[in-house]
Amino acid sequence: MEHRYLKNVVTLKLDVEKCNGCKMCMIVCPHNVFIVEERKAIILNKDLCMECGACAKNCAQEAISVKPGVGCAAGILMGMLKGTEPTCDCTSDSGSSCC
Amino acid sequence: MQTDFIVGSLQLNSVSIPVISDFLNFGDILGAIKARWAINRNNYKINPGLYAIGKPNENSNIFVTANYKLSFDHLRKNLKNIDSWILILDTKGINVWCAAGKGTFGTEELIKQIQQTKLVEIVNHKKIILPQLGAVGVSAHDVKKITGFHVIYGPVKASDIPDFINNKFTASREMRTVFFPFFERIKLIPVEIIGHFQYLIFAIAVFFILAGINSNGYSVDKAFDGGLKAMVMLLAGFLSGVAIAPALLPYIPVKQFFMKGAILAYIITGLLIYFFPGISLFENISWFFIVPAVSAFIAMNFTGTSTYTSLSGVLKEMKLAIPLQIIFAFIGLVLWIIGRFI
Repeated sequence: MEHRYLKNVVTLKLDVEKCNGCKMCMIVCPHNVFIVEERKAIILNKDLCMECGACAKNCAQEAISVKPGVGCAAGILMGMLKGTEPTCDCTSDSGSSCC
Repeated sequence: MQTDFIVGSLQLNSVSIPVISDFLNFGDILGAIKARWAINRNNYKINPGLYAIGKPNENSNIFVTANYKLSFDHLRKNLKNIDSWILILDTKGINVWCAAGKGTFGTEELIKQIQQTKLVEIVNHKKIILPQLGAVGVSAHDVKKITGFHVIYGPVKASDIPDFINNKFTASREMRTVFFPFFERIKLIPVEIIGHFQYLIFAIAVFFILAGINSNGYSVDKAFDGGLKAMVMLLAGFLSGVAIAPALLPYIPVKQFFMKGAILAYIITGLLIYFFPGISLFENISWFFIVPAVSAFIAMNFTGTSTYTSLSGVLKEMKLAIPLQIIFAFIGLVLWIIGRFI
């Protein structure tokens, strides 16, 4: 059964003008958000994006922007308590680590 | 640090490269089970650097992974009869995906390892195969610019590597997709249990102490009776959030994780109260606030373990969930204490 998370929340943006159709975004995306047709990438399933940032990181044309981060409530809480950005690094004091 | 997977060494250009086994022994399997139960999980690592599997030569493929022993074991058992080089990045013992998110499985570390191991002198090609999920931390075009090595992203799962090779080094759509099936969710529950257990024990202890309070002062008998009841209810909320919600994740027809936990908790609380009612109406009602708050909070934390939640989504969910959880826990606790006096 397919998992679906909240709609219309992700920060993913694609500047089609800059795209050269290299397909890298399609290759690295773990949720098939992109397809490439006629040498241009298209965002097919925006709501499936988990903002991992792999596409933007591997876009040599810098056509993709996304605010990457971990969708981890415990990490966000830890960040709030420490006054930092959301962190996946719960290893330091709780003795357990996420992921 | 465990090194019994090293079965020999290979002399190349006057450097010695350890040859590793493609077979997981009892110790490896036991280690994996322990890591799943959070035992030694943060120190389950191997030395970074270059390894050989089988009898690789200058034309053999190079596979890259993290120095988390579980990641390493997954890779080597799937490279059975495939002569290859394995390049291990120093990810501080964290798996590929999480390390890539943190940047330790990243462009800089990959470049450093390529240079340190003098990879250009070992192979006569410029191809290096990374697990797809490493793409979160690695910028393929930057690696190419600096080292000349062309990064090829392989499948998500090491078990697809043989098919990936046969498929001319292309991962199919299926191989590129992260699924989160029932069995994989179940495997992650033990770590969730261990991670939240201390809070459960603390909460149960608090309820045992509070349960003795009544209009006549303090009663140890009442503390025991009320505490035991509280323990059962808290344990129900705990298991609901930590195990049942993850197991039934896609089948609970709401999207927010905290709501998944809350809905389950209402069903469970309803059943428990029906069969084992408390000492007063107030107490019965109080559990309909406390148990969902507990279950919702723990289920919400499973967003970090799940493979499909975005930071933006979780932030949105938490804006609603955190105040509700605090309000519910507070109302529940007040009702429960009132119930002690009636």
